[in-house]
Amino acid sequence: MQRALHIDPLKCTGCLQCEMACSYENEGLFNPAKSRIKVFTFHDEGRFAPYTCTQCADAWCMKACPVEAIRVNPDTGAKEIVDARCVGCKVCTIACPFGTVNYNSATGKVIKCDLCGGDPACASACPTAAITYVDSDWTGLERMRTYAGQSLSGAGAN
Amino acid sequence: MAWTRKLLRVNLTEGTCRAEALNMDWANQFLGQRGLATKYLSEEIDPTCDPLGPANKLIMATGPLTGTMASTGGRYSVVTKSPLTGLVACSNSGGFLGAEMKNAGWDMLIFEGKASEPVYLYLENERAELRPAGDLWGKTAWATDEALHKIHQDPLLRVACIGRSAEAGCLYAAVINDLHRAAGRSGVGTVMASKNLKAVAIRGTLGVGNLRDPKAFMTAVNAGKKVLADNAVTGQGLPTYGTQVLMNVINGMGAMPTRNMREVQFEGAEKISGEAMHEPRKSDGKPNLTTNAGCFGCTIACGRISTIDRGHFTIEHKPEYWKNSGGLEYEAAWALGSDTGTDDLDALTYANFLCNEDGFDPISFGATVAAAMELYQIGAITKEQTGGIDLSFGSAAALARLAELTAEGKGFGKDIGLGSKRLCEKYGHPDLSMTVKGQEFPAYDPRGIQGMGLAYATSNRGACHLRGYTVASEVLGIPVKTDPLVTEGKAELVKAFQDATAAVDSSGLCVFTTFAWSLEDIAPQLDGACEGGWTVDKMLEVGERIWNLERDFNLRAGMTPDQDTLPKRLLKDAANVGPAKGRVNDLDQMLPEYYEIRGWTPDGLIKDETRSRLAI
Repeated sequence: MQRALHIDPLKCTGCLQCEMACSYENEGLFNPAKSRIKVFTFHDEGRFAPYTCTQCADAWCMKACPVEAIRVNPDTGAKEIVDARCVGCKVCTIACPFGTVNYNSATGKVIKCDLCGGDPACASACPTAAITYVDSDWTGLERMRTYAGQSLSGAGAN
Repeated sequence: MAWTRKLLRVNLTEGTCRAEALNMDWANQFLGQRGLATKYLSEEIDPTCDPLGPANKLIMATGPLTGTMASTGGRYSVVTKSPLTGLVACSNSGGFLGAEMKNAGWDMLIFEGKASEPVYLYLENERAELRPAGDLWGKTAWATDEALHKIHQDPLLRVACIGRSAEAGCLYAAVINDLHRAAGRSGVGTVMASKNLKAVAIRGTLGVGNLRDPKAFMTAVNAGKKVLADNAVTGQGLPTYGTQVLMNVINGMGAMPTRNMREVQFEGAEKISGEAMHEPRKSDGKPNLTTNAGCFGCTIACGRISTIDRGHFTIEHKPEYWKNSGGLEYEAAWALGSDTGTDDLDALTYANFLCNEDGFDPISFGATVAAAMELYQIGAITKEQTGGIDLSFGSAAALARLAELTAEGKGFGKDIGLGSKRLCEKYGHPDLSMTVKGQEFPAYDPRGIQGMGLAYATSNRGACHLRGYTVASEVLGIPVKTDPLVTEGKAELVKAFQDATAAVDSSGLCVFTTFAWSLEDIAPQLDGACEGGWTVDKMLEVGERIWNLERDFNLRAGMTPDQDTLPKRLLKDAANVGPAKGRVNDLDQMLPEYYEIRGWTPDGLIKDETRSRLAI
């Protein structure tokens, strides 16, 4: 079964455990500045939203890359950067409509989420299940279950 | 090693910034943050100096776990000599600033001297610059935060700054970071203002690493996160209700200080409780609480994000307050509410917003308003002196107006900015000040929770709940339940809490973890990160050393042990209602034993043998 990261912003508290887990997995340091997932705080609205690559099936970044430095991992479906090929031209960062591919000035390469090879550290670290790693064909399952449960209790009340 | 082993020394008089190696011998003895910064302060300033003069120093310090993945590992402390108490001040804050400082490569920032003109420190990794802040002076903390983000065109910048209350000399002004987190108590913001230092703006991209044993560290961190998640207080109570989970509990046991601590139960407690913050409003159907929020790395997330009812008299014509911001925590809700007799949740939230916006401690502010209300009631303060404000207990309008005036340092707000002790002295009734060593009480009446009386009387920063929170044991049964109305055994309990807390406050972690964690949970995290063999025993030894160092500083600053006491009201006037009815705080039954187990003389001085045992 292929899995996908599923994000529920309403559960996020803005703690940045995901950013630390991501940077530790990928860089060996706790460094939100080098995280592939970013939590946004909408202060005035009182909302938090983690955001990262959705692993498009037909990926703009991959199409745009002139040196074929972005490849699909057949096991996970992740679009992964091949560092040995990446020349740091940043065309993929322009092509991505969501902004989730970014340049790392320290290495001269781009970085993006690669699903940690099938065991995303951000999802493991999240204390509130705002980030989960679920069946990619059923990312809506939990929400469906919640609403299904509510309609059941409604029926019972009648 | 987790420390960056580097501190930044900023000489404001000369306008210089220079890097310096962290004293690792001291780090081994005092750990970091509260302990290590107090060691630097103690070595570098004359404890008798004027707290608002250039000879005082202001230290912002992280702990070794700040910026790591250890749950709640984002804390920093502001350490200086307090203008409110004349003693050592150490105010701990969460948010994101501490972790950013660490990510920029610094364990500690030491500010010395005084700038001739207002400045702010801009820190981008190794790059440290003092920049002119003339345009920022006179701005609120919120406006300063916004302006710095614009000036640097950097949405990821983290800012700690002071508001207008600090500039106006309010003696309990705070350092505000990330808009609504605060190094709140003892006037550390007032010291910052006295140095003409408006803000510290930090951007750190270097990361935090150098763990002694990364695998052991992550194992301990994950085990710790699980303990927090599985615990009823840290896993459910705090995320759902915040610290406000305590309002109805403490009120029920007759330990809710009310109307300047004359009474011990507040009839309006339910209306200002954590539960009330969840109730939908009549006007728009929304509750006061929008969501809970976590500080950096925190898996508890007790923070409150709230709105005020748009139709409420405080903001109906002020759309700038129609948005979300930091909401009421228990201490603020108590001080602004119960202590002033005010049960208007929206008025309290408004006053709390202003405390954040202009950077002043809601505990000291609320308690000072409460004292003013009592002075008004007995006729010692008149309407002429308040500028026409009716200061009756329970007046939401008076509370809101005084918050505005204190924020700006205008009118009667100048007097409120003095704090309770100086206000009550000024108006001729020093006995009505509910303070220890000049600092106002927090939200637990020591007549109903006996151990807290000793904790208050002996706290190194004046009345404070965070120096020895025996409430955990006496009310919540953590780690073991003790009877709150009994004094026996409390001396030992207070010492144990004081020492353990001093160690936790020096680690980079939040003390709220200790609702669930014992030092057995913390030591492996510290030991995985740091060299030095960090066991539970070593943490306790370091905690005891820090406690005695703070005591030593205070004694050298001129404090006398006869100040280890409580206001007469708490020692002589019995609780009038509730389970503690008829009780006073029996401090005299606990204090001599406390001195003895501390290794102090019967007069409260540190014995030579204790000094040599702890190497201070």
